Amino acid sequence: MQRGKGMKFVGDSRIKAEGRMVNMPKDYSEYPGKTEAFWPNFLLKEWMVGAVFLIGYLILTVAHPSPLERQADPTDTAYIPVPDWYFLFMYQLLKYEFASGPWNVVGAIIMPGLAIGALMLVPFMDTTKERRPSKRPLPTAFMLLAFASIFYLTWESVVNHDWEAAARQGAIVEEVEFDENSEGYQIYAGASCIGCHGDSFQGGLGDPLVNNGLTVDEIKDIVINGRGDMSPGLFDGSDEELEVLAEFIESLNQ
Amino acid sequence: MLNKIYDWVDERLDITPIWRDIADHEVPEHVNPAHHFSAFIYCFGGLTFFVTVIQILSGMFLTMYYTPDIENAWKSVYYLQNEVAFGEIVRGMHHWGASLVIVMMFLHTLRVFFTGSYKKPRELNWIVGVLIFVTMLGLGFTGYLLPWDMKALFATKVGIEIAGSVPFIGDQIKILLAGDDVILGAQTLTRFFAIHVFFLPAALLGLLAAHFIMIRRQGISGPL
Repeated sequence: MQRGKGMKFVGDSRIKAEGRMVNMPKDYSEYPGKTEAFWPNFLLKEWMVGAVFLIGYLILTVAHPSPLERQADPTDTAYIPVPDWYFLFMYQLLKYEFASGPWNVVGAIIMPGLAIGALMLVPFMDTTKERRPSKRPLPTAFMLLAFASIFYLTWESVVNHDWEAAARQGAIVEEVEFDENSEGYQIYAGASCIGCHGDSFQGGLGDPLVNNGLTVDEIKDIVINGRGDMSPGLFDGSDEELEVLAEFIESLNQ
Repeated sequence: MLNKIYDWVDERLDITPIWRDIADHEVPEHVNPAHHFSAFIYCFGGLTFFVTVIQILSGMFLTMYYTPDIENAWKSVYYLQNEVAFGEIVRGMHHWGASLVIVMMFLHTLRVFFTGSYKKPRELNWIVGVLIFVTMLGLGFTGYLLPWDMKALFATKVGIEIAGSVPFIGDQIKILLAGDDVILGAQTLTRFFAIHVFFLPAALLGLLAAHFIMIRRQGISGPL
């Protein structure tokens, strides 16, 4: 038997083409208009589209370096997690009462499962010959509704999340050397500072205190008058202790 | 010269039909943006594949530095990001590519849906496409843990809890993914690495092959 450019096989066990679907793509001559050879004409045009896309992609990559938070610390239970943006709608769904707590399985399993299952079975539910969206109102309406829901949930999740706090809680903190037995550290640990700023100044509810570039006077001012979420008058030591504390914190600028 | 090499191989392996299947076909006017600009919507699938190829290549280079253990994972990513020449670019492309692949795939799904291209005889290809979508989401989920930073750890904790809330087999799924029914740690990281780098890409390549073979068998759906 003979195939391709003229190869001869001795005893060919392959299934013959006769009586089967021809191993060739459909002919488009039945459609009106101009067809074009895939190789190489159309493929070169596709590559141009790819090149334009790649430029945008690379600009994005260079303009926004990919984020990296500090190393995972399983003991930090105050951390509020967020998934990557394309899972935000599911994250938001789980905040609603009908989909959380005892109903968690509704939001976590049943609704996403139904959505994926329905998506997979679309060809068997929408079996008419019509292809135009306007000619098959139900599938079109359901898809638009799904799209609107995903968009709305993602939107809600973004506007209700404190992105600045999220950036702060995950920021990489430089480690500094300090003397735990120094007078400054004793005052720091004895006052309420350590609760929010952490035992090695890594921050937590409060900002990290490492390398913040503040001078002694600025530190004293913040300790007395507060700043941002920190309310005034949290420090109850004497003026001498305040002086020692501020100098100690300043010494963390390394 | 090239023709002679081709003929030499073809004489032995009969590659002409393979070549014909892959490249020798006509592209109809209604999907060609050179004829109708609005046909750019037919590019979304190809661009999804393009980003997928970039993901595979950049991922291969990332594994040359990445270490999947809890002591060194974060440090290796930090080193890759800040010290390695062009490491920031390679990691950046992998990071943003993960988002782009979701976006392009979503747009491709909408195109196929609204042009009704999933209808007979293309039902099977639609199902394979949905499976590709799920695989991609799995790749996104498992890849998110690998840098082993705060957001990775705690987002994965939530994700594992959700997987654990599946009725009846939740606990088994949780143990399969995390390696333990309570702790999310060293075992979880190696498992997610294996799933992200071996299991899901293998599944993805198989599904993509099926997707493309079916397209070549059936051709692109006609104009609306």
